[in-house]
Amino acid sequence: MSATAPLTSAEASVGLVETKRVVLFTEADPLVLESGERLGPVEVAYETYGTLNAARTNAFFICHALTGDAHAAGHHGDPSRPGWWDNLIGPGKPIDTDRLFVICANLLGGCQGTTGPSSPDPATGRPYGLRFPMFSIGDIVTVHRALVGHLGVRRLLGAIGGSVGGMQVLQWALDHPDDLHSGIMVCATARLSAQNIAFSAVAREAILRDPDFAGGDYHDTGRRPDAGLALARMMAHITYLSDESMRRKFDRRIQDGVAPRRTFGIDFEVESYLHHQGESFLRRFDADTYLYLSRVMDYWDPFGDPAVAAEALRRVTTRFLVLSFDTDWRFPTAHSLDLVRNLAAHRVPVTFREIASPWGHDSFLLEVPEYHRTVRAFLRRMEDEAVGGARAAPAPGDRPAPDGRAA
Amino acid sequence: MRPDLDVIAGFVPPGARVLDLGCGDGSLLEHLIREQGCDGHGVEISGERFLACVARGVPVLQGDIDLGLPEFGDRSFDVVVLSQTLQATRRPVFVLREMMRVGRLGIVSFPNFGHWRLRAGLALRGRMPRSATLPDNWHETPNIHLCTTRDFEDLARDEGLRVVRRVPLDGDGTSSRADRWPNLLATGALYLVERPA
Repeated sequence: MSATAPLTSAEASVGLVETKRVVLFTEADPLVLESGERLGPVEVAYETYGTLNAARTNAFFICHALTGDAHAAGHHGDPSRPGWWDNLIGPGKPIDTDRLFVICANLLGGCQGTTGPSSPDPATGRPYGLRFPMFSIGDIVTVHRALVGHLGVRRLLGAIGGSVGGMQVLQWALDHPDDLHSGIMVCATARLSAQNIAFSAVAREAILRDPDFAGGDYHDTGRRPDAGLALARMMAHITYLSDESMRRKFDRRIQDGVAPRRTFGIDFEVESYLHHQGESFLRRFDADTYLYLSRVMDYWDPFGDPAVAAEALRRVTTRFLVLSFDTDWRFPTAHSLDLVRNLAAHRVPVTFREIASPWGHDSFLLEVPEYHRTVRAFLRRMEDEAVGGARAAPAPGDRPAPDGRAA
Repeated sequence: MRPDLDVIAGFVPPGARVLDLGCGDGSLLEHLIREQGCDGHGVEISGERFLACVARGVPVLQGDIDLGLPEFGDRSFDVVVLSQTLQATRRPVFVLREMMRVGRLGIVSFPNFGHWRLRAGLALRGRMPRSATLPDNWHETPNIHLCTTRDFEDLARDEGLRVVRRVPLDGDGTSSRADRWPNLLATGALYLVERPA
């Protein structure tokens, strides 16, 4: 790479970054979960990019998806191995670190630095395993908020998330109506469908039936339910791609050669790819975390009780951008439109676009030009409103309290 | 803002909840939100115009109104605007029905194909008429369902809609003085329609 080469998105990087850690809840001052259970200590792994302005109005939060982590942008020493959303976050990029102070944290229950089932239980000194309390999307948001407060920010310019990250954004706006000026939900949903839960169930079965799972207490056995976790990942990964993207990537090509071996081993390229996905997943992920997070998603249903939802939406001050991809069959456009319907019915300002992309659910992680243009345009506007004082389209929570009439 | 949009804005009560179908770059909605304290929402099919709305801070759904408005509940808007768009839809009756399902008051504007100049063009030249408001050749025009003011009034009646107000428009979109013979003299027209309770 020569010094005079044009700046590509890969080069417009926030550069060398490090994952920091902070203990936000302690045994003495624990996190109180929605269930009422207490959890402490809670340590959070996070990264920040860009600079918080003097008025503290330019902070923007990244909510990662099921298997993400705090390392969203920049690199940890090897520029060829950037963070998982480096194409979106950086100087001059749609989430522009020259303008915004960007925060990304590993979520509660995670396994990449934030307290989760593989963390030591202070009561025993051994990993929690399945004794880790069941938590919710709202609990994940509670921990995000504690981090935001720790960083000296009261109101965020916004938050973005893809898939389960988008669920966190919505729950955040519902539970804490003054926190977010804007929220971007990419290929998200307001509730998992029966089909979604069915896939989750099979993934969990793969882990639970692995003989090395040991009831979740594999952490100190020296063996891990690798076969089950890899299988769960392989199956889930199929749902992240589209028929077309698999055709483009692999078609029916045979691995390492011209003639099929006609055995039960890996023969087609797509098999090799999935196998690799499963194996590499084992190096960075924990089976118990996978079980918990998939369950957290299954149970989440913020609009399930219309009265509760109406009450929450009446106070929302967030302006939403909802994006879907036309080949996503994990959370298809119909899921995003269901979100839009629920928000619009309560007069919450929502902007929606379905983006054409062959890459299925995975598109949210990729550099799809119209997707990035849309995020860029929306965030520029939200910055004008939240930082520059431009007048915003009214949100329900901006309006005076209702005079007692039914909404 | 386009002069015909000014005319429309004049019929929107302050603070109203407004849906603009085929909202273009969002300039009407931006005006209604900023100057009239309205709750505005747009629907726009073009990606470029969608992005223009986003840049203005106008909430907008990118979509095709010919497919209906399933994202919006019955009577969820005070006013629904369909400005210079009806004639470009594939299913004008369906669009009108959807519009009057989600809104209480409809504001519809369209070019009037009964204008004398267009009639004369067809009569004298024997070719599909073109004008400043309808500049495209017949095979490339987006305006595939043109009508006259009389045609529209017939349709409104057949659909059980009451015309609250009719405003003849001049070529520049300002309200015209062609009150007398609008179907002959007005370049376009704007109607306020509602479904009687």
